[in-house]
This record gives sequence, C-alpha cells and structure tokens, in this order.
Amino acid sequence: MYPNQFDYHRAASVAEAVELLSSLPDAKLVAGGHSLIPAMKLRAAQPAALVDIGRIPGLADIAADGDNLVIGALATHASVADSAAVRSGCPLLAETAAAIGDIQVRNRGTIGGSLAHADPGADYPAAMLALGAEITAVGAGGERTITAADFFVDILTTALADNEVITSVRVPCAAGGAYLKHRHPASSYAVVGVAACVGMDGGNVASCAIGINGVTGKAVTADAAAAALCGGPASADRIEAAAACVGEAFDEPLGDLYASGEFRAHLAGVYTKRALAVAAERAS
Amino acid sequence: MGRYVGTSVKRVEDPRFIQGKGRYVANIQLPGMVHVAIKRSPEAHARITGMDTSAASAMDGVLAVFTGQDFKDGGCGSLPCGWLVPDTKVPDRPIVVTDRVCHVGDSVAVVVAEDPYVAADAVEAIEVDYEPLPTVVDARGATDEGAPLVHAEIENNVSYDWALGDQEACDKAFAEADEVVEIELVNQRLIPTAMEPRAAAAQWDAASEEMTVWTTSQNPHPIRLLLSAFTLGIPESKLRVISPDVGGGFGSKIFHYPEEVIVPWVARQVGRPARWVATRTESQMTDSQGRDHVTVAKLAMTSDGTFTGLDVETWANQGAYLSTFAPLIPTALYITLLSGNYKMPGVFGKVHGTLTNTVPVDAYRGAGRPEAAYLVERLVDLAATRLGRDPLELRRQNAIPKEDFPYQTPVAFLYDSGDYDRLMATAADRADYAGMRAAQADARADGKLRGVGVVCCIEASGPAPSAVAGSLGSAVGFWESGEVRVHPTGQVSVFTGSHTHGQGHETTLAQVVADELGVPIESVEVVHGDTGRINFGMGTYGSRSACVGGSALVRSSEKVRAKVLRIGAHLLEAAEEDVVYDRDTGRVHVKGSPDSGKDFGELAFAAYTAHSLPEDMEPGLDFTSFYDPANFTFPASSHICEVEVCRDTWEVRVLRYVAVDDVGKVINPMIVEGQIQGGVVQGVGQALTENGVYSDDGQLLSGSLLEYAVPRADLLPGIEVDRIETPSPHNPLGVKGAGEMGTIAATPAVANAVLDALAPLGVTHIELPLTPERIWRAVQAARAAA
Repeated sequence: MYPNQFDYHRAASVAEAVELLSSLPDAKLVAGGHSLIPAMKLRAAQPAALVDIGRIPGLADIAADGDNLVIGALATHASVADSAAVRSGCPLLAETAAAIGDIQVRNRGTIGGSLAHADPGADYPAAMLALGAEITAVGAGGERTITAADFFVDILTTALADNEVITSVRVPCAAGGAYLKHRHPASSYAVVGVAACVGMDGGNVASCAIGINGVTGKAVTADAAAAALCGGPASADRIEAAAACVGEAFDEPLGDLYASGEFRAHLAGVYTKRALAVAAERAS
Repeated sequence: MGRYVGTSVKRVEDPRFIQGKGRYVANIQLPGMVHVAIKRSPEAHARITGMDTSAASAMDGVLAVFTGQDFKDGGCGSLPCGWLVPDTKVPDRPIVVTDRVCHVGDSVAVVVAEDPYVAADAVEAIEVDYEPLPTVVDARGATDEGAPLVHAEIENNVSYDWALGDQEACDKAFAEADEVVEIELVNQRLIPTAMEPRAAAAQWDAASEEMTVWTTSQNPHPIRLLLSAFTLGIPESKLRVISPDVGGGFGSKIFHYPEEVIVPWVARQVGRPARWVATRTESQMTDSQGRDHVTVAKLAMTSDGTFTGLDVETWANQGAYLSTFAPLIPTALYITLLSGNYKMPGVFGKVHGTLTNTVPVDAYRGAGRPEAAYLVERLVDLAATRLGRDPLELRRQNAIPKEDFPYQTPVAFLYDSGDYDRLMATAADRADYAGMRAAQADARADGKLRGVGVVCCIEASGPAPSAVAGSLGSAVGFWESGEVRVHPTGQVSVFTGSHTHGQGHETTLAQVVADELGVPIESVEVVHGDTGRINFGMGTYGSRSACVGGSALVRSSEKVRAKVLRIGAHLLEAAEEDVVYDRDTGRVHVKGSPDSGKDFGELAFAAYTAHSLPEDMEPGLDFTSFYDPANFTFPASSHICEVEVCRDTWEVRVLRYVAVDDVGKVINPMIVEGQIQGGVVQGVGQALTENGVYSDDGQLLSGSLLEYAVPRADLLPGIEVDRIETPSPHNPLGVKGAGEMGTIAATPAVANAVLDALAPLGVTHIELPLTPERIWRAVQAARAAA
C-alpha cells in the first residue's frame, strides 16, 4: 500500500488551486482524500502531483440563504449530518450525509470531494438530483453554476473541467425528503440509494422527485415514478404503483459479487417505495 | 478449586494492547534495516517466458533484485507439506517460482530496498512475460475429464483420496432405511482476516553465524524446524525464531510461508537486517484460505426418526500447492467428525483432495469441523422436515446418551465425555425455545418470515496424541512443552510452547500455575513465542493450548510442588509424610500446625542457596514437562438462533442468538465467553456475508475488503452465552478447547434458521452465504416450481 512518488502543493486560495491545476501536468485535487488516497495506495491512481485545498479558509461553511442551504465544498459529511440548519431545513440531506461510509470517513470526507469523484456507489448524487441542487465551481474562466442533472455525466465522470474546483453546493430546502440505502456489507457503499422529495398540497402530492444511486454508472432520476405519484394522495397503493415504475430509469444496471444489476433494480423499487412513504409522511 | 481457576481474572495482556504498546513484527526496528517487497503474479496459471529486472535493479535505493533461480541456487529448499495421507501427491512449491506461476499472488521476484516506497516502485518496474495456461478453480470440476492440470505430473488434479468409516454398515443402513434425505452443498471458500497482516523480519549475525527471524506465527518452533530442515538450511542451534505479539491468526498463521524464508535469506545476502510486512491486498491473495468443499451426502433413518447411516463424498479444494497441514483438514479433522453428536452405526465418508489454480487452502478457525457440522446439521434439519418432527426433539432422540461415554464413533474418534441431552435442554431453556416457536407461529400468521435454527455440534480439540497423529499422516508430534522456573525470590517464570495471538494465555496459564503452586498470580509471568527462551513446543491451533499446553504446566508444577515439599520437610525437620503443601498459600507446614511452616519464597530461596537440602537433592527449582495428550477432547455445543427475513429486500436479521457450550472445566469464564462470542461472529460471517470467489480464469474477485464482507458488530444482536460442564477425563485440568466451538455451531445455526424462515415459501436449500440476492432468487425459483 505504497503510492507512487508525487509532488504535493498546498493551495492557499481557490484561485491558487485553479492556477496549480492549470499549470501542473497530471495534477489531482485532494480535499478529504478518502477516495483518492486509497486509490493511490493501490496504485490505481498515480497522479504526478496533488493540490491540497483542505486548508483554504471559508470553504467548509454551511449557511442558510433564504429557502436554500449553501454548503461549502470542504464541509465534511459529519458536519453536514450534524448541522442544525441542514437537519431542520433539509432532513434528506442530513440523512444522506449520515449514511455515508463510517465515522472515520464522515469525519474526513467532504461533499465537494464526493461529488467530484462521482462514484456510482456514493450517496450524495441521488440527493443532489432529487433536491435539484446546483454546484458552483471555479475554473480558469471564472465561476459557473452547474445543475445536478448536468453535473453527473458517467461513471466517475462529471461536467467539471480538469482545472475546475467545486466551491459550494446550493440545495433547496425541502421538508418532505428521505434518503434510504441498501448498504454493501463490505464497502458500505450504496448498493442502492434512493432520495425522494415529496411536496404536498392539501391531501395531494403536488411535486415529487426521486434520485437513485448505486444501480447505474451515474446517479439517475426516476421521473416516471415521480410523475406517477403526483396529482393524488400519497396512499400506500399509489406509492407502490409509482415505485413499480422505477425500472424505466435504468439503462444498464451494474452488478457485482454481492448484487447483480437485476437485483439492484428490484431493490431500487423497494427502497423507492420506502423512501416515498417517509418523504410523504414528513411533507404532511 | 484454587483461587484463580474458574474466575474471570482480567487479561494481563490488555493494558499494553489498549495503550498501543503491543510489539508486533512491524514494530521491529533494527539499525540499517532494509525493506523487502515481492513481485506477485497477476496470472493464475502461466509460463514465465521472460523477466527483465534491470530497470528495478538500477533504481536509486534498490539493493538487490532476486529471482526464483537465485533462491534455488542459494540453497533454499521447497516448502514441505507436514501432513501426508497415504499416496499423497505433493506438488513442488518453490519459495519463489522459476518458470511457472500456479495462482494469482504466487511469488515471482523479490526486491530489497532502502525504504518500502522504493521497494514498491521497483516491484512495479520488474517486467515479466507470461504465457497464459488454462486454469481450473473448482474443487470438483478439477477432476472432470479433460480439466486443465495444475501440475502435469498429478493426474486429474487429485492429490489424494481418503476414506474412513464402516462402509458395510453404511450400505446396510441405506438398504434398510425407511427414509433417506440427500443434499448436495458447497462449503464456500473463506479468506481469513486477522487484524495484523503477516510479516517477517530477520537479522544475520555474521560473527556468530546466527540468524534471528521474527515472524507472525502461531507456532515458532515448528517454523524453526521447517526453516532448518527444509527451506533455509541453517542449523536449529543457530536459528532463533521469535513470534512477538501477533494480532490474530485464526489458523492462517500456522503455516510455513515463502516470506519466512525470503526475508532471512535476503538479510544474509545483503548483510543487513530486513523486513517484509504484507499489505492487506497481499494478505487476501497469499494467506492460506479456508473451507472450499463440494459435498454430496445422504442420511438414512427409520420411520421413527432413528438415524442409521450417513454417506458422504467430498471434493476438497487444496489450492495450487499443499500448504503445511492442508491434507489434515478434510481428512482427520472432517470425516472423523461426521458422526456428529449422534448415535449412528453406519457412517462412511470419502474425500478427494484436489488441486486448482487458487491460493492454497488449509486450517481456518474450526478447520474441517465446521464443514462437518454444517453438513450434518443441514441433513438433520432436512430429516426433521421429512418426518414432520421438531428439529430439536429429533436431535435429542438421536443424541449419544451420557451413559454411553466414552463413546466410540464409527469414524475413529473416542468421544471423552458429554451430556448432549442436557446441553440441548439448557439451550432450549435459555432461549425459551417453546416461546420462540409460538412467536414464530404468530409471526407467520402475520405474514412474516420468522425462523428458528437449532444445532447440536461436536468438535475434536486439543490435538493430539502424537502416535495417533502420526498414524493419520502427521510428520510431527503434537505434545506440548511447559517449563515452570521458580526464581530464588519465589517469582515464577512460565515458559510455554503454546503461542497467544489473542487468546489470553498470559492470563489463563498464569491462573493455572498460580493455583497449582498457591502463589499470587502477580508473581507468575508467562513467556511464549521465542525459540531462544523456550523449549521446543508445538504452538497454538486446534483449541489445544489449555488442554495440552496447560496440562504440561500442571505436570511441571506438580514436580515443583514435590521438590518444595521435600525441602520444606527437611527444613521443618519433619518426615515428608508429616508435612503438607498448602495450595491455597504455597506454604509447607507440619500437618495440623499451619502456623509453623515455611513460605513458598523461603523454600524457593533455600532451593537456590542449597545450604541445607535433603541429602540426594540437586539445587535449583525448575521443571519441564513434555505432555502428550491421551486423547483429543470433545467440546460440544447447542446453539439456537432466531431470524427474520425481510419480505422485500430479503435481508436476514438475527433477532436472538443463544449459545450453550460444553468446553469442560473453564479456567477463565470471561475469556471463554469472549472466545465463544468471537467464534459465533465468524460463523455467522460464513453464513451471511463472507465469500471468497475466483473467476474461472483464477482471478480472486473478492480480493479486497471492499468486496469481501467480514462480519461487523451490527450483523448480530448481543450473543447470549451459557454453558454446561462435563470435564474431560483426559487431562488434569478437565478442560476442552473453547476457541472454535462458536464458529463451528454458528454457521449451521443461522443457515437452519433462515431456511426454517423460508420453509413456507418452499425453499429447501440455498448455498452460503445467504445474501439477499441468493434468497430472492431461491424464492423466485421456488415460486416458479410451485
């Protein structure tokens, strides 16, 4: 478990990080290091240089901004899970952060790092999609905002350019949300993770969004299932019927030793049903 | 009963462990130490057609790169197998291969460098050309006509065939049976996962020509013997092997591994101390693995449920080479246990030890006995279903009655003592078995998949009478040495050939000796794991340390007591028959006058001053015994497990786990309970999560802890542990092994519970581990068949 030799640079600011990423060949950004360092130790990743943004001031803040939460890229999973603002404004997000890995991972891993890594078994992507989050990144050409729907491109691939640095994530508050996962017994990654958001109007579901990670190479939304629930009460029957539609969201389910793609798709239906029920309950 | 044996003395080793003061091989720092890294094969079977080590050799900080030929030319012998059943075909297992790799992880070349980073870089820079050869990975498939051969000279990949039992009685049982149940099952491969990976360090003293080797071994003396006689060629008198603190073994650290030869050999070559520490990845793909059987079996019975015969055929995957004790596990530790706890006249079993392009398989916690228990206990549950009987009642009907002990089974073993009916009754009571069944009926009425699993299991522990082991194929004896050295001040050093790597011998063996001598436990120090300080000993495995190692110390303590008594009588000017040795206080006094005596310390001092000793007595107070057990000991267990299977995610939730064990007399109840608990967790791991999987081309798919699911605390509720005691008559302590019973019983207990839960859906068998997907598929298949 000895990585290749690499250079190490500690960036004092986002601008310096962008500058270093632009000028150094084969450089990788490191924040909490909980995906990159293990990959380097296995020599699966062999960057020539690391640009450490872990100590840039102000990037770990979590703040409410009207009906949104703005979460700094360096906010650890533990701080998101424990944040009073997140827990009250967006329980789904706190629940997602609390479901990641184990306590050591949550104390070191960051939201920006997790999103940028885009692991198919990561937990945040489903929540980002269901919540309609926006990711703010800074690159050589300045700052831009990327919607979650545009952000996740493929397995381990995002819309970020090589020299772009996520600075924050803007998440709309949603009371009626829930994240439930089937945890891999070895890795603790999501075999299936379902984030559901439900908005109620009177006795009927007025809005619904469902994000799912773990099943396919990138996280997806289950739009047909979400649409099926809207316009009527969040009854057990209607939730079950909606959850039965999630299969349409998956082109090519991934499989591993523990769970085949077929079984993951089955589990996605089960967890969608459960997540919708909890979300609807919280929304009412 | 003394002051300490039978009480939960706190573990004396824990303060150093919980304060990070343990001293492991990786903590050994020697001046000028170099680092060893090993180039390992990514191919499961291939011819090496070329190797270029020039770039690696040229790197800054690289001292040397060695190939297989270097080790061969340098006098390193192949790794031997220490247990050979008749006609075993033993493939050559070089320290580092020269022309052909036989499993992923096989050693191909060795780098010696100034630091571990450079060593890793150099390993990567070695270029090897492989010409892939056809592979075989399946235990039974290896014997198929036309299957690729792992070693050309070993026909059909069969290393050995072995059979035991009364075939005639077995055939008769099936001919006359009212009912027969059959099963075909896989006992899946497991990958041992000790907290500490394997490691080795070595220092060569050119002046004295002495080699010191530090290794993560459960048995340093046998390692020294093998290094000296087979692999390294340094005389035992010039070779010191030290196993310091070792962070878990579970059997995987019994065996002689290539790195134990590589490190001392290169240390001598480069003239500097050397060290190698396995990465977790290396551990996963080079530590000997466990289980991996394919079995077909059937059980014969009368219509009233009396078991009459058991017929078993097993293909046991031995991997690419025979690891040190590999053939022992599926023969004398498996077939011999097939009678279980039951009275059955017609037991017959045969096993084929097969070679495949996988990591060698050898002992892993339980070793053969879990495979037997899982098979027998599944068959008994199938029998109960067939007969419409309660599985606990059927077991109690067939259990060997306590008045039949010692009980001779049809498969060689003479069970020492036991009371299986009381054991099961205690478990049923403790679990409220009737209540569990009632709750199950209610849960089923609510549409829930609730199941109850019951087992009664047997273990043979405390190997072994040396002559018996020899007759079964062992190349070594299985006695144990124990020295009790009383110092002039009355302090006691205890030297044991057993090795503790988590079991707590520093505490339990001190309890034994303190009670034998009547001295405070604080004055007894247990020394182990160093061939330079301790007489030859056989080490720790097979739950033998208390039975065999403890007994050796009892014998030595008896000798100490006898001498102390004589000295006491002499100093008290009394006849020996008129004095007593008070084992509560360690004092010798005249009978009836406890106040007029001599303390243990005074008598020890007298033994060393030798100013006044009985006429024919030598000075000193130091005795050694080599204890060869008269028999194995036979612990037994009855475990009851209650589970619920989720109807949509198909996850198994263990609701309750009750473990009632009979490990004979108990030296330290807390430590025994810990052993049972840890064992149960490992057994549940096999039942629910652990799975060592190779692809058809021999790639280890479960090669990291991202895929290989070691059980975690949240897999189980609290384990409820209780026990009964039937002392073993075969050792002076009355103890039986406690280290493996939990593992042996837990796998079938959980499997039986899950299949009981799924019975209403028509599911009768699922291969382990019982993962949600496997259950989902079995339920779908049962629905389709219905």
